[in-house]
Amino acid sequence: MTAATLAAASRSRLLRPTRDVALPLLIFLMFALLPLFAWLTAQQYLLDLGARMMVFAVAAVALDLLVGYGGLISFGHAGFIGLGAYAVGILSAQGIDDALVSLPVAIAVSMLFAWLTGIVCLRTKGVYFIMITLAFGQMVYFIATSLAPYGGDNGLTIAARNTVAGWKLLKSDRAFYYVALICLLATYLLCRALVVSRFGRVLRGSRENATRMATIGFTVRRFQLVAYVISGGFGGLSGFLLANSTEFVSPAYMSWQQSGELIVMVILGGVGTLDGAILGTVAYLVAEEWLSGLTENWQVIFGPLLVLAVLFARGGLIGLVSRFWRFGHG
Amino acid sequence: MAEPMLHLEGLRKSFGSLIVTDDVTLDVMPGEMHAIIGPNGAGKTTLINQISGLTAPDEGRILFAGNDVTALPPEARALRGLSRSFQITSILPGFPVIENVALAVQARTGSSLRFVRRAADEATLNVPAMAALEQTGIADRAHARAGELSHGEKRALELAIALAMKPTLLLLDEPMAGIGREEAEGQVELLLRLKGQLTMVLVEHDMAAVFALADRISVLIRGQVLTTGLPADVRADPQVVAAYLGEQME
Repeated sequence: MTAATLAAASRSRLLRPTRDVALPLLIFLMFALLPLFAWLTAQQYLLDLGARMMVFAVAAVALDLLVGYGGLISFGHAGFIGLGAYAVGILSAQGIDDALVSLPVAIAVSMLFAWLTGIVCLRTKGVYFIMITLAFGQMVYFIATSLAPYGGDNGLTIAARNTVAGWKLLKSDRAFYYVALICLLATYLLCRALVVSRFGRVLRGSRENATRMATIGFTVRRFQLVAYVISGGFGGLSGFLLANSTEFVSPAYMSWQQSGELIVMVILGGVGTLDGAILGTVAYLVAEEWLSGLTENWQVIFGPLLVLAVLFARGGLIGLVSRFWRFGHG
Repeated sequence: MAEPMLHLEGLRKSFGSLIVTDDVTLDVMPGEMHAIIGPNGAGKTTLINQISGLTAPDEGRILFAGNDVTALPPEARALRGLSRSFQITSILPGFPVIENVALAVQARTGSSLRFVRRAADEATLNVPAMAALEQTGIADRAHARAGELSHGEKRALELAIALAMKPTLLLLDEPMAGIGREEAEGQVELLLRLKGQLTMVLVEHDMAAVFALADRISVLIRGQVLTTGLPADVRADPQVVAAYLGEQME
């Protein structure tokens, strides 16, 4: 083998400057500066909105891992958020309100549930996979509504936000905001690394051609299960943050509508890009906030807007961003 | 007599009332290039699918290197050294060419439960992948997207993926299908070079290629093995000529 081919063999594909570096940098910079902007303009609600965006973006990025890279459309992802949130709520009701316990429990419970249900769900494909994940999502929803000691239908108020090793770190909204930012950044970076790792390559390959992957020796379902468990774990993290942000847990967190919203966020932003999942979450929550200020029946406007977005922004918002970038450069 | 590399015993498969594999018993010896020929619809691809594990036989046994693999899924057979190419090209079109092959190396050599390091930069996977691409003559296309290759190049990639598995038994399902004369000759040369290094089962309609390559030939008609023998004997067999070769030789 010649030196040239050896060099070519280990040559790394260069990062695309807009998509891979500039855009995520811009997104996280804006999140980092939002509290300052909120303070300067005295619009404290922006801090709340920003935190909410990041909490759901954690779950949306994790869902994109399945939808965009694994070709697995999970319609029960809100279930993992709910499990994480209820872990915080129930532990708090039992007097355990430190994040050093509740965060690992929230993540572990979600991963365990993902593992147990994933074994069953991944025996199906396509529409059946969507239906069975929906069914498991609804299962935890109905379990939560029947948890009479923990509020049942009405949900459960949490006495106070979790402490961190006894320290009331999350008490201030601004501190909570930055904790959420760190969680989102960590989720994003881990997923970014994961999709180009050996594992991620097997996951992406299985989406493209599962038969080929099997005939070169990969047990496709095993890798999909690992991805499902990882994604569920991040869902649990999102639920931990959500419960601490609202100081309240409710079965509504894991309703199928919530799962549907997560899918909309991912598709609206652009499937299989991770950045898109964050953009989609931001756009969805901004639209919800803005439109619900205009009219009570904001869905009447939001529905058609979504249809237009799907029809005309192919590849989602991220597709629009790349097209504008190319337009500006040539 | 040495133990066969592949032993098929009383294999049967039907789809509804259609019998596609009808009591097939066949031995492929180590190092042999064994061709399976027959008219369209004779059940050649279904037979290959049963050997590689994509289709389960209704009856019968498949022994690979002396072990019964009938119940094993395709991935387990692949890891034991049973590799295949597809008649209808089966690649990962959205992946770079080299990553198509590097995945095969990854499956064979190492853990795929690694979550952080960038797989596309790993020389331990890329160097053997490059070697397989050079072997099949498409090394210069390593960084193209697999979906953008010409049909002939895709066939070469298909073979490179199979070779990167370092198989002891290679199943080739019509490797010459749909490619030009010149590319087909290149393919025959490549297979001639591989001959003897590994055991191969070749399903092919290109009779020039079959007679240039095969050590033995089995003729499959309506799911049944009509005869198995040396190329010269098969060519002279009046039954084979009547059933199949007659139309091919005209």
